[in-house]
Amino acid sequence: MSRIIEIKKLNKSYRTDKGEVQALTDINLEIEEKDIYGIIGLSGAGKSTLVRCMNLLERPNSGEVIVKGSDLTKLSDKSLREQRKKIGMIFQHFNLLMQQSVLDNVAFPLEIAGTGKKEARRKALEYLETVGLSEKASSYPAQLSGGQKQRVAIARVLASRPDILLCDEATSALDPQTTKSILGLLKEINSKFGITIVVITHEMSVIQEICTHVAVLDHGVLVESGTTDELFRAPKTDEAKRLVFSGSEHIINMTSENVVRISFHGGSAYEPILGNIILEIKTPLNILYADTRTVNGNAEGEMLIQLPPDEEKAKRITDYFREKGLDPKEVESNAYRQRNSDDT
Amino acid sequence: MLTGKEILMILEGLRDTLIIVGLSTVFGYILGLPLGIVLAVTDKEGIKPNRIVYKTLDLITNVLRSFPFIILLVVLIPLTRAIVGKSYGTGATIVPLVVAAAPFIGRMVESSLKEVDKGVIEAAQSLGADNLTIIFRVLITEARTSLLVGATIAFGTILGYSAMAGAVGGGGLGSIAIRYGYNRFQPQILWPSVIILILLVQLFQILGTRISRKLDRRK
Repeated sequence: MSRIIEIKKLNKSYRTDKGEVQALTDINLEIEEKDIYGIIGLSGAGKSTLVRCMNLLERPNSGEVIVKGSDLTKLSDKSLREQRKKIGMIFQHFNLLMQQSVLDNVAFPLEIAGTGKKEARRKALEYLETVGLSEKASSYPAQLSGGQKQRVAIARVLASRPDILLCDEATSALDPQTTKSILGLLKEINSKFGITIVVITHEMSVIQEICTHVAVLDHGVLVESGTTDELFRAPKTDEAKRLVFSGSEHIINMTSENVVRISFHGGSAYEPILGNIILEIKTPLNILYADTRTVNGNAEGEMLIQLPPDEEKAKRITDYFREKGLDPKEVESNAYRQRNSDDT
Repeated sequence: MLTGKEILMILEGLRDTLIIVGLSTVFGYILGLPLGIVLAVTDKEGIKPNRIVYKTLDLITNVLRSFPFIILLVVLIPLTRAIVGKSYGTGATIVPLVVAAAPFIGRMVESSLKEVDKGVIEAAQSLGADNLTIIFRVLITEARTSLLVGATIAFGTILGYSAMAGAVGGGGLGSIAIRYGYNRFQPQILWPSVIILILLVQLFQILGTRISRKLDRRK
């Protein structure tokens, strides 16, 4: 696997009426070929700005954006346009040409590349078939549903045969069912055409569903990155924990002493671990929260357990969990409190 | 009742008005369309911002637009004479009309093009489109209904101006209305001329709206 996108020491600030706003601070990021790389953060975290720096729709104030070996910030306008043809992008609001037919929308990048109108339309129809919309070729975008519009946008991007596809909140305007089908299509594109995909989202479920890798952005700073499995199993930073445990926060706020989080994956789900330890130490455990979810097709379970106040027993329990590979992590409640105070 | 001679005169006036307004609109767009495109493109929110170009054209446009047309007619007499050879008559009316219409059309084109969704422009940029492609394949095509509505308004405005040109010896229905209706007080000639002018504006308004609605694919 080779590196396809590399961002080094990237900084971006905006000048507004209220003065300088730092959108991104010292971002370093590496994306390997054929990854589906998720970038997650709350709104205003700078994730959209970051993805727009990857094709230079936004020009960073400093730093390098190296795509397939060349630093985009140093290219001439003409070379940048050539590079952009290999970096597709889809958007939250689809951004289709509203006065052009679906077919002409998809033919557009081919015409930019110099293909004749007739040939461009013929090829465009093939890409529409790929996204399952060939029967809508002569419709106009306004006649399509949100999911169909995003499919047209994907066909349009595929028509320029990109190596990379940037998705800027591409499913945020869609309902859950449509989101699922668009994510499925993205996954298919990734495996079928070997296109590297970068997904910007504020929804953990999107990351869970398709991403192999993930980076967490908080107030313009990249606080954590790694494989999606790692993040779900053992989030390190407060921001990552907030995102991963978002369903369980209210429970933690009720009782927050001596809580550990354990996660199940693979074989550990087959043993009655909790039952065994309760029988062994003869003390009941309080289960505060439990959930299972599918991360990239694998079942992952998490549980929040309140330990007994007796320190010796508590240690025996955590040791036992560790021995069984459940990776117990003490949960600090401040991560959740912080979030709650943000909301109010 | 109108005499045959008077009817003929009104019909000739109608023909002259159509020639004057038609040609002025065409020449007005030949100058105004590029002006509007450059204004939209070089604006600080445009695809190729250029402060100096924008501010210069902006100033010229504003100055020309703030001239009352009747004054512009007089001021431009030397220019008209240089281009047409004389300062009165049908041909001579076209020059000041074009000078008055071009900045007006430019502004309308500018505002139509600025209505185009920024996201769509960005999508084209992300596909590697150059600025010329964006202007012709994105800005103008996406704004076409708005541009057409603008053209209808421009036609009506130029028609109104053309009547004023009658005051300084220009041709057309407006000129007839002023000469016979105002100077000689002959309402039997004034009213047919005015009614034909009104019908003309109506006709083009309906036609323009119908075509632009037919071309709009957003609904």
